[in-house]
Amino acid sequence: MPDQFLFAIEVILNGLMAGVLYALVALGFVLIYKASGIFNYAQGVMALFAALTLVGIMEGQVPFSHLINATFGTDVHHFGWHVPALLAIFLTMLVMIALAWCVQRFVFRFLVGQEPIILFMATIGLAYFLEGVGDLMWGSDIKTLDVGLPQGGSFWIEEMTVGLGGDGFYGFFIDKLDIIATVIAVLLVAGLVAFAQYTKQGRAMRAVADDHQAALSVGVSLNFIWILVWSLAGFVALVAGIMWGAKSGVQFSLSLIALKALPVLMLGGFTSIPGAIVGGLIIGVGEKLFEFLIGAPFLGGATENWFAYMLALLFLVFRPQGLFGEKIIERV
Amino acid sequence: MKDVNEGYTTEDGRKIGGTVMEMKNITLRFGGVEAIKDISFDIHEGEIRAIIGPNGAGKSSMLNVISGFYVPQEGEVWYKGAPRPQMKPFEVAQQGIARTFQNIALFEGMSVLDNVMTGRLTHMKTGLWAQSIWKGKAEREEIENREVAEKIIDFLEIQAIRKTPVSRLSYGLKKRVELARALAAEPAILLLDEPMAGMNVEEKEDMSRFILDVNDEFGTTIALIEHDMGVVMDLSDRVVVMDYGKKIGDGTPHEVRNNQDVIDAYLGVAHD
Repeated sequence: MPDQFLFAIEVILNGLMAGVLYALVALGFVLIYKASGIFNYAQGVMALFAALTLVGIMEGQVPFSHLINATFGTDVHHFGWHVPALLAIFLTMLVMIALAWCVQRFVFRFLVGQEPIILFMATIGLAYFLEGVGDLMWGSDIKTLDVGLPQGGSFWIEEMTVGLGGDGFYGFFIDKLDIIATVIAVLLVAGLVAFAQYTKQGRAMRAVADDHQAALSVGVSLNFIWILVWSLAGFVALVAGIMWGAKSGVQFSLSLIALKALPVLMLGGFTSIPGAIVGGLIIGVGEKLFEFLIGAPFLGGATENWFAYMLALLFLVFRPQGLFGEKIIERV
Repeated sequence: MKDVNEGYTTEDGRKIGGTVMEMKNITLRFGGVEAIKDISFDIHEGEIRAIIGPNGAGKSSMLNVISGFYVPQEGEVWYKGAPRPQMKPFEVAQQGIARTFQNIALFEGMSVLDNVMTGRLTHMKTGLWAQSIWKGKAEREEIENREVAEKIIDFLEIQAIRKTPVSRLSYGLKKRVELARALAAEPAILLLDEPMAGMNVEEKEDMSRFILDVNDEFGTTIALIEHDMGVVMDLSDRVVVMDYGKKIGDGTPHEVRNNQDVIDAYLGVAHD
């Protein structure tokens, strides 16, 4: 096989892996949008906040240490212990559930029945608030996140595939972390679908997503379901935060990945869980392949930054509901 | 009109139980508008109780008060012998009061069976962890609930569309599915908001038959709203008549039909 062709396959594989991470963030958006009609701009910041909290807990950092030190003139930074990764993930999840409760109790409970644009603005406020709190709680320096996931290229895959090409081909380079991320994303989606299909809470969640009034009439508490959904979105944010954090460090630019999830949603449709996955994969592969085939040779590179948005723009023109979204029909 | 709490026997000889719900001096205002003015009536166990009246009489508001969607400014709702504290609609549903809506509120994206199964939500008790493991208690519970749902689907003759997404059904069938979902909750009181609205004669006859059968077979207490006088008179044991938010009549269909105020309201005598 020609090396160029093999290289293209490698690009596609890496694109798929990157797409999985986009899809993870998009998934959080879809969950909340489906159940409450809120477009949660803060999903990316939630991923950042989850990752910051996880690192903070693992390292035994004192939350709000700068604030405490400035106020009381003390000099505390660390508790001096290290929390094992699994326990820390569990504790972080508790924090995310508490956050979900606060968001519902102090923000959206007062905005029931408001226009979507008002709800959207509230999530923008939430995003900045959460970013500020994250900074204040854990500090703004870039942190490394190591929860013990294998990292680096897989030599096994390289060795297995090196024979496919000629002398210039050294085998497929695939990051082990990307493989793990893919497996986890698949499990997560399967778990979410099973949860929605087969449990009482899942059924209630689908009911709320479909019709608030009808859900109330069969005895479903909207408040409880919304807290549940925000918790689930917090969980997805945590998973996304771990993956992105392990890949590129926990830094505040992490919140910008939320913006990449936007074109993913426009492609997949705002209301479809499979859509978020497929959309993520298409964007991931699309931008890598475009860069490889057209961007780098003809356009001077760096097309990855805008390719996704251009694709989303095309979709908005020709298929505004996305690939899997519910068709928008308004009766007059 | 026979009094009261211990029940009575209908004209066709059916035994009706004691009072299950009582509305005491309910007044409901929207801003300056009084939708319901000082209305009291009761619902007995096992009866079909109708609330009728011309458009805008406050019938739907009354039903919304019973089901917790509206909170009256004055008056009390007594349920099973005790005043009911202020409740959210979902709490009312959990207490065994199921309802349908005038303009149908179904889960359009779900199949008929899934819709009916949501009616069983108040009967599902296993915790989240037990359900995640699925085997054992959760599985048994699901099977039991499924059996109830299937029984009701059979009863209302909608087996053929069990797996059809609700959004594809005709208006008349949607109304029937909504009835099935409310019935699946095995409610103590079933509230029907204009169950025949927008139906043709044949569909109305079907729906009437189902309402009578449900009451007969399961002994369900039914409170329904309708503005088609003819249908109601054949169906119900006792009728409350409302006009402009006030109660103008209460009694058996026969009594109500001969009530001068009711005749005036329906024939359109000029209000002074």
